[in-house]
Amino acid sequence: MATASVTSSTAGRLLGNLRLPLSILAFLGLALGVLGIDQFVNAMTLGAIYALVALGYTMVYGIIELINFAHGDVFMVGSFVAMFISSSLLGNEGAITNVPMLAASVLILFALTISVMALLGALIERLAYRPLRRAPKLAPLITAIGVSFILQNVIQFFFGPTIVTVPQLVPIEWSIQVSGSRVPLLNLFVIATSVILMVALQLFISRTRTGRAMRTTSMDRDASSLMGVDINRTIMITFLIGSGLAGAAGVVHGLYYGNTTFGLGFQSGLKAFTAAVLGGIGNTAGAALGGFLIAFVEVGASAFGYGRWGGAIVFSLLVIFLVFRPTGLLGSHTGDRA
Amino acid sequence: MSRIADAVNAPFAPVRAFFRKHRSFGIFVGVVLLSIALPLLTRVPPFDGIQSTNAWVNAFTTAAIYAMLAMGLNVVIGFAGLLDLGYAAFFALGGYTYAFVAAPFTGIHLPFWPMLLAGGVVGAIFGVLLGAPTLRLRGDYLAIVTLGFGEIVPITLMNADKFTDGVNGIGGIDKPSIPGILQFTLTNPWPMYGLVIALFSLIMIMIYRLEDSRLGRTWDAIREDELAAESSGVNIVIAKLQAFAVGASIAGIVGVVNAAKITIVTPDQFRFAVSISALAAVVLGGMGNTIGVATGAFIIYLFQSILLKQLNTLVENINIPVLNQIDFLDFQYVLYGIVLVLMMLKRPQGIFPARRRMREFAPLKIGKRGAK
Repeated sequence: MATASVTSSTAGRLLGNLRLPLSILAFLGLALGVLGIDQFVNAMTLGAIYALVALGYTMVYGIIELINFAHGDVFMVGSFVAMFISSSLLGNEGAITNVPMLAASVLILFALTISVMALLGALIERLAYRPLRRAPKLAPLITAIGVSFILQNVIQFFFGPTIVTVPQLVPIEWSIQVSGSRVPLLNLFVIATSVILMVALQLFISRTRTGRAMRTTSMDRDASSLMGVDINRTIMITFLIGSGLAGAAGVVHGLYYGNTTFGLGFQSGLKAFTAAVLGGIGNTAGAALGGFLIAFVEVGASAFGYGRWGGAIVFSLLVIFLVFRPTGLLGSHTGDRA
Repeated sequence: MSRIADAVNAPFAPVRAFFRKHRSFGIFVGVVLLSIALPLLTRVPPFDGIQSTNAWVNAFTTAAIYAMLAMGLNVVIGFAGLLDLGYAAFFALGGYTYAFVAAPFTGIHLPFWPMLLAGGVVGAIFGVLLGAPTLRLRGDYLAIVTLGFGEIVPITLMNADKFTDGVNGIGGIDKPSIPGILQFTLTNPWPMYGLVIALFSLIMIMIYRLEDSRLGRTWDAIREDELAAESSGVNIVIAKLQAFAVGASIAGIVGVVNAAKITIVTPDQFRFAVSISALAAVVLGGMGNTIGVATGAFIIYLFQSILLKQLNTLVENINIPVLNQIDFLDFQYVLYGIVLVLMMLKRPQGIFPARRRMREFAPLKIGKRGAK
């Protein structure tokens, strides 16, 4: 699930370890040069959202080897739950300029949405996936598709098939100047939120007992069970966290775009899944990396006038990666069986 | 079986023996009898009150098209055990193939009948093109790759306006005709019904013969245990490619018929939901059981297009304010979802389990058996 950090004193090893960060930096520099600062910030923001969703795919795949098809729709439901909490419960209509008020509203919004979505994710796992844990592999996958369809249409039933407006709490006009360009604080807020959550997740997985249980379960479920790990609990926590992150992505999506629709989950879900595959499925750091990569591909495509083909390009990438490098960029512990 | 049932069955024994020996003929007779019985049934209450016989025949035609699609998908999923989530793409390719050469958009007007075959060929070619690089992948990855393909095709059809007229699609597609004898029209559903029924029985016979062929048994072996099949000398990739090609070519042929029936193709007709509706039919009917899958498709189609439509009119007539707002046709997608989830949880072998397939799902019941 997490990449083991190899510490070594030799300079060669050190250089080897630095290769990835260096190439990421080089890529970012190149992207910044090619796209310009505005598009670069857009891509980073979009990437932050994809990365949050991709984490859920990769965590679940890492632990039970299920492509949780419904995860994109969990993200979509999250955006609707956030919309509902923000506009109906908190009574927000638009931007809040009072900073303490804004911080309080956003915090409550995150806390509530993440909790609701975590519970929904765990509920789905309990009802739809757990009974099929020993079934042939295609059975839970087909169930996941069914769950995805149910979620989409329940939302469509309650909120209609049209685009729904979400209150954008953070004022769009707030911005800072970076080398002559206006960078909205909103974008920085989105990127910062997702980075904080990702770092927190990494720490949780690598430092806590539960995190260790998750790692061992993903390596060998039966053996960890023999070592006293409560498998059901661990898998449920994985779903709680993954869906909670999708909920956070839903909040962020609403704040950033100011709208949502019942079909959001399918396309962005597939893109986030592509991100997870790109990074190496089962690998949380890889999922984050993949999320940003996909966003750069998409934003790059539209910057060069191929915006309509964005989806097709991303899915072609998915196919190409699955065929030629199923372990993804960072490698995964499950890829060898692909 | 009871003595009475034996007595009732006794006179039919020779008939059954005959059909056991000549099964293809039996399927043909069965399908034809059913296709005559169904329209007759719609003249009887309560069915005659729902819609005119012509509308019923039209609905049956669409149901049969949907059932053929499900039977084709069943070859891929039920026989070879490959989850194909982009099946609608091949359906789309067949439809566009015909639309491209038989509509005012391009000004070409090729006859329908050879195009029926061409649709199958195009489907098979794309099936092989998609399958060749991807069939080495494990099951769930393959599912996602096919899903990606299923998305790429409509996006491409939507964006390649020069060739496909984008979102508008290609309209005014030629109806089939038998020169000098019969011209298919939009108002008379019967010729199309006959054509679809003939094709339906042909495809069903073909699939049954395939199932019993060497290839069919190869698929069984692969599905049950890929490793064992490979070590027994089966070329897995070739066999899977054949399943993909057969499934895709059926979708291609059906796509041509569908385009000729509704005379317009648009990218929106071939969304993911179409692939999933076919999957729902396969899962409902029982993976691997051709007749079961076709029945599953009929059940789902009639349920959504007749029952849900009826609910709409019923609610309108009774005039319940809250329910009036609801378009029950929207529930068809929830229906697919519920079918998939419930069937997988409660009855993964489908309503009509395939005999050969029973074993695969048997491990699910070990606990229950042990308790007895």
